[in-house]
Amino acid sequence: MKPFNLIVVGYGGQGILTLTDIISKAALKQGYDVKEAELHGLAQRGGSLDCHVRFGGGIHSSLIPRAKADLIIALEALEALRACYWVNKNTVVLINSKIFRSSLNMKKILREIKKFTRKIYVVDADEIVKKETGNILGVNIFMLGYALKKKLLPLKKENVWKAVEERIRKRFLQENRKIFEKSFKY
Amino acid sequence: MKKELFGKRGFLFGNEAIVRGALESGVGYASSYPGTPATEIGDTFAAIAKDTGIYFEWSVNEKVALEAAAGAVFSGIKALVSMKHYGLNVASDSLLPLVYLGCPFVVVVADDPGSWSSVQAEQDTRWFSRLIHVPTLEPSNSQEAKDMTKFAFQFSQKHKIPVLVRLTTRICYSKSLVNFGKIKKGKKKGKFVKKEFKLGSAQTVALHKKLLEKLKKIRKDCEKSKLNFIEEGRGKIGIITSGVAYIYIKEAFQELKIKLPLLKLGFSYPFPSDKVKNFLKNLKKVIVIEELDPIIEEEVKKFSKKIKIYGKDFFSEAGELKPEDILVNLSKILGKKIDRNLSYNIKNYKEPEKRIPFFCPGCPHRSTFYAVKKALGKKIFAGDIGCYMLGVYEPFRMQDFVVSMGASVGISHGISKASGQKPVIFIGDSTFFHAGLPSLLNLVYNKANALVIVLDNRWTAMTGHQPNPGSGLTGMKKETKIANIEEIAKALGVDFVKTSNVWNFSQFVKDLKQAYSIKGVSVIVAKGECRLAFIRQAVRKGIKLPKFKIKKQDKKLEQLKDFGCPAIKKEKGKWLIDKDLCWSCSICKQLFPDLIEVEK
Ligand SMILES: Cc1ncc(C[n+]2csc(CCOP(=O)(O)OP(=O)(O)O)c2C)c(N)n1
Repeated sequence: MKPFNLIVVGYGGQGILTLTDIISKAALKQGYDVKEAELHGLAQRGGSLDCHVRFGGGIHSSLIPRAKADLIIALEALEALRACYWVNKNTVVLINSKIFRSSLNMKKILREIKKFTRKIYVVDADEIVKKETGNILGVNIFMLGYALKKKLLPLKKENVWKAVEERIRKRFLQENRKIFEKSFKY
Repeated sequence: MKKELFGKRGFLFGNEAIVRGALESGVGYASSYPGTPATEIGDTFAAIAKDTGIYFEWSVNEKVALEAAAGAVFSGIKALVSMKHYGLNVASDSLLPLVYLGCPFVVVVADDPGSWSSVQAEQDTRWFSRLIHVPTLEPSNSQEAKDMTKFAFQFSQKHKIPVLVRLTTRICYSKSLVNFGKIKKGKKKGKFVKKEFKLGSAQTVALHKKLLEKLKKIRKDCEKSKLNFIEEGRGKIGIITSGVAYIYIKEAFQELKIKLPLLKLGFSYPFPSDKVKNFLKNLKKVIVIEELDPIIEEEVKKFSKKIKIYGKDFFSEAGELKPEDILVNLSKILGKKIDRNLSYNIKNYKEPEKRIPFFCPGCPHRSTFYAVKKALGKKIFAGDIGCYMLGVYEPFRMQDFVVSMGASVGISHGISKASGQKPVIFIGDSTFFHAGLPSLLNLVYNKANALVIVLDNRWTAMTGHQPNPGSGLTGMKKETKIANIEEIAKALGVDFVKTSNVWNFSQFVKDLKQAYSIKGVSVIVAKGECRLAFIRQAVRKGIKLPKFKIKKQDKKLEQLKDFGCPAIKKEKGKWLIDKDLCWSCSICKQLFPDLIEVEK
């Protein structure tokens, strides 16, 4: 398979590293060669964060080259715009409608992103997850399920869930299962 | 225990792969001081040390960590020490003589091209290879990180010399599959052997000569080493590269559908000149692609006057090299067109507003900066390295300079002596232990006038909560004596010392005023545990903490802007506290007891 190039973005503290790790593990379970790139340190203190996952064949670099992403999963909208660095006209951009500490509004952000691609999905993940569980800790898992449901991510649901089980603490699994299943209903 | 590290193969970060390489070499002793991007080498040792019988410690600083590793080698144990690039600046004083003495151990140093987590300088450790005369390996991915660590142990034993493994951020933080070899059980307990490592006061020049002879032999091995290899290609233009750039070049070849002759240097010091000369024989032009400084380029220039060299005129010395930098510049040099999607992106993409990192909600440092602002107003503010660096941004802007670990104190001393002014110094607990002690003593002994605030959040927070001497836990999670900063300051002769609780805001402000009013050196130990660590504990124990909410809207609440808590915001003219973000520190309620209340 031609490499699948996924970038997960958001700001530090949104569970991006966990989400990225789950996706990599799921791709490994599916028998793909996988490469992943992330950053630690200051990038986590509320700063922008972009994590790269590539799976399939013929991959050298773990960083996805500019304008080469197949899918962007953005846990926050300003970061979706920043991620256009990796977007081309065939890239799908999946956006959680949340905007965190930015002077831009959604309309403006979407207008800008449309200069790069028309394939945009927006979902109010923060609101939905909060309604379901009373907090927003599970937004990363919701976005993952939603991407699977919309067939944006070529991974099998069982493999993904297995990877979630291996990664998330037992105490939180039940809540995450609920969110994961819910995400397939939207 | 990290499962990924055991079995037949694992999906590993470069940092984790280093540890696996050490396990396959029979390592018995590992030490480090945290620093991004190298921190997880230590974290990984910490996670596996007990089960594998290896000794691991977080030392107080890199110099001590390196010396201790050498001490283990003096006792017959295989040792590895890891650090970020700045760490080697601190430790190099001891590494030079250890090379003379022929002490075989492995030193892993991680550079941070692009300065993702390093504010001081963008530094290329490969210069140190030349200064210290230490054989140097440069892995390009996790598999090589593991294999080269193993090779480093063997090679250091063979030639009785330290070996440097040089990583960069993208290698540390990229994960890929690594095939494992066998784990080797090494000696865990040794015995100091007298005379084996002769120290030489009168022998320095003799030892230097001996080292130069040894380097000749090492160079011969390097010339033959498979870590430096040629990949055949077409044409008269070749490429020489090292580190992560190698991987990006392969990516670019695929994209541009080309294959140039390629020489990859994995064993890059001593420089394999013969191999390079040989490679250049049939070429008219050569492109040198390396991150940061033009080190390979300068070496190549020495002996190839006729050949045209492309290097730093295309690939910048500042910042990291990205895959697209290599793709675009290779196309330019070779006169090839780049993909239309890429050129569209380059033309139309502008980075949107930058996100400025901020103190976590409930961060004790926020309370400290706000209290200092209230208590002292505008002063000379000396900053240091750690999470509290964020005090440089809005709304505080309270750091006139940040230089290197411990420099807040040293520089303030000079200011105090040269100007007669009284600086206010911010220094974290880990930084205080790392490099603040000697400079605090210097303040006192040489009679400066300064207020030192030690921001004691109990952990080395910025790098991910490693323990330091104030934490009471060793790197192997054993309880130990807690170093009491107040007692230390008293013992050094500080004129006024007080420990303040950052969560008792009004008292904290009083303490700061008092401390600043005293002539001479005063120390305030601002105590308040890192909120991230504290909250994690609370969640684990199932402790529910109170959340706060606005009781009454009032003009006075405008002052909260200067407090800069991310949980507190104004929406549609009304102040509100975001429950999902509030981490229950209560300072806002202490500031406005009539306007803010506990949520029921
Ligand atoms: C010589 C050197 N080693 C390591 C680092 C990496 N580093 C930056 S800040 C920091 C720790 C700061 O801890 P502390 O002073 O306790 O402040 P905190 O982050 O906990 O607020 C470290 C280890 C560095 N910059 N320089």
